[in-house]
Amino acid sequence: MATTRSIPLLKRLIGKQPSRSVTYMHRPGAGSPRPDGSPRQVTLIPGDGIGPLVTNAVEQVMEAMHAPVYFEKFEVHGNMKKFPEEVLDSIRRNKVCIKGGLATPMGGGVSSLNVFLRKELDLYASLVNCFNMKGLPTRHENVDIVVIRENTEGEYAGLEHEVVPGVVESLKVITKFCSERIASYAFEYAYLNNRKKVTAVHKANIMKLADGLFLEACREVAQKHPDIQYNEIIVDNCCMQLVSRPEQFDVMVTPNLYGNLVANTAAGICGGTGVMPGGNVGAEHAVFEQGASAGNVGKESMVKKKTANPVALLLSSAMMLRHLQFPSFADRLENAVQRVILDGKVRTKDLGGSNTTQDVVDAVIKALG
Amino acid sequence: MASFGFQLLKRTLGNRSAAARFFSSAPYTPIRATLFPGDGIGPEIAESVKQIFKAAEVPIEWEEHYVGTEIDPRTQSFLTWESLESVRKNRVGLKGPMATPIGKGHRSLNLTLRKELNLYANVRPCYSLPGYKTRYDNVNLITIRENTEGEYSGLEHQVVRGVVESLKVITRQASLRVAEYAFHYAKAHGRERVSAIHKANIMQKTDGLFLKCCREVAEKYPEIKYEEVVIDNCCMMLVKNPGLFDVLVMPNLYGDIISDLCAGLVGGLGLTPSCNIGEGGIALAEAVHGSAPDIAGKNLANPTALLLSGVSMLRHLDLHDKADKIQNAILNTIAEGKYRTADLGGKAKTTEFTNAIIDHL
Repeated sequence: MATTRSIPLLKRLIGKQPSRSVTYMHRPGAGSPRPDGSPRQVTLIPGDGIGPLVTNAVEQVMEAMHAPVYFEKFEVHGNMKKFPEEVLDSIRRNKVCIKGGLATPMGGGVSSLNVFLRKELDLYASLVNCFNMKGLPTRHENVDIVVIRENTEGEYAGLEHEVVPGVVESLKVITKFCSERIASYAFEYAYLNNRKKVTAVHKANIMKLADGLFLEACREVAQKHPDIQYNEIIVDNCCMQLVSRPEQFDVMVTPNLYGNLVANTAAGICGGTGVMPGGNVGAEHAVFEQGASAGNVGKESMVKKKTANPVALLLSSAMMLRHLQFPSFADRLENAVQRVILDGKVRTKDLGGSNTTQDVVDAVIKALG
Repeated sequence: MASFGFQLLKRTLGNRSAAARFFSSAPYTPIRATLFPGDGIGPEIAESVKQIFKAAEVPIEWEEHYVGTEIDPRTQSFLTWESLESVRKNRVGLKGPMATPIGKGHRSLNLTLRKELNLYANVRPCYSLPGYKTRYDNVNLITIRENTEGEYSGLEHQVVRGVVESLKVITRQASLRVAEYAFHYAKAHGRERVSAIHKANIMQKTDGLFLKCCREVAEKYPEIKYEEVVIDNCCMMLVKNPGLFDVLVMPNLYGDIISDLCAGLVGGLGLTPSCNIGEGGIALAEAVHGSAPDIAGKNLANPTALLLSGVSMLRHLDLHDKADKIQNAILNTIAEGKYRTADLGGKAKTTEFTNAIIDHL
């Protein structure tokens, strides 16, 4: 594939001469927006809380890079009764979306719109890439974990009911079909990105049928990829290993709930929600957002003082650019962000600094070169 | 643990309170306690505990029970009815690691104990051991986990081929019980804050019910601060700054994961004590690590977890001076660093470590 071969080459070129212009042969007409049906048009949902701040950061940086990406903005808020049809249509048309977090009211009757979007568009794989960034000191070194999490079923099936007053049941549904899909995705990802090991996270010693089915599917897929190592780990042991020796993990594939916990733990180890990129992908659509779901909406104080960290969404937008097959822009963006973090002079509060979102954006734009 | 242990004894052992006072004033009458050595490294570390307790002159008479090789139809597992009756009679017990086979069709041993003895709360204090450095220094928290229901109800079935459903059950009664215990514990040990961990934004009815119960109990203890934290936020905060938490109370599955995560923060399961509290004042202290079949019989196991659990059992029995003596001996041995087992980075054998602790007594 052209992209897998050109990326290392471009990286080497860019690494040595940071100010060299990138040789990018564009398709004619890429410099001006196409009205619809274009794969380069992207739906943008600012969301709630810090969402508008960080998505604005992405818009500014894309503008500065002259990236051939055009945003179709829509307002969606977490307390809406249901997801607006026009936004869904737009995503179905554009096939790619980038969004901030949608706040979910706690314990109320409204189910999470984030989860709804994933189910509606069948975005069955959620991916979070947690890695140590140079210049960002953390307690652990050499971490580079990709958590691939099943996104549509499991504990988040949303099937709850009150049996009698005071007794509530919630159904956790695991199907062979979904488990096979996510396992295939995980192994494919490992194969295409040159990863050596896939670890399945489960609790089959207690939930024998449910997680047992998940493991069965993973084992079958593992047999089709004999050159990728496969092992299994129980979720509580996994969390313990993550805090003591995270360097042993490579790609992790998990059902829904465990994936949430493992992804957030891994993100916390590498620097927090503010820096980890992630996305949700299905057979036909892709939605990119901040990797770790904790703090998706941020705190009030962050919104008021505008100190949200845009790095996570910027790196997710780089992933989006690669997905749209613009690897050169993705590389430029990633290098700029990494240079800003390495410098360490401009940082938001969660990384130990005191700058605002806009400061970080300006620094990234300057580092784009 | 002092005032709490005494209060618990007074409250629940009713007609035995006179006997309890008698025991604490005449420590030479032995107390019967059930001991389950367990599998794998279990027998070796149980031996270690027995030796140290004997050297410290602890007035405990152990009643040993082993896991059977056939399924007992009365209990639906490998544990016999006699073993369970023994714990019910003695009211205290110490349990070593028991192996749970993956994917077979019977109840797991640990779950059997919990269900039959109605052990509703699992208490795991996690604190950084002085002298044993991990990447996290300021850990001092207690995780209290609901132990009987939630995701571990064991109710699963195959709907059609390739589709499996598993039920998560949350009841008001169990949630209230564990919340009550959590606040009681916090008050008895002078803890300032109780945090309820949940995922009520997604699982609204189930975790919503759990939270409602916690809020009700929180109102009865206005001097203790109460907060609610979503579990993914909690994981993130634990990994970045564990000093933010004090007492954590949570349903079954989250409790399992978070308590193991916290154990990882302080040095692993080989060092973590744990105590299961049941209705009627039953306390079953246990070592929560696995049975480690790969090092069984080789004299390499670390008995610290079982020892510290034994210490918490002593506190429950109000034998505080003995408990303190043994705990200090253990902490000093580890802090000194001369005799450490392999999992702590040393080269000592189990027996050498045990002897070092006996020397420190």
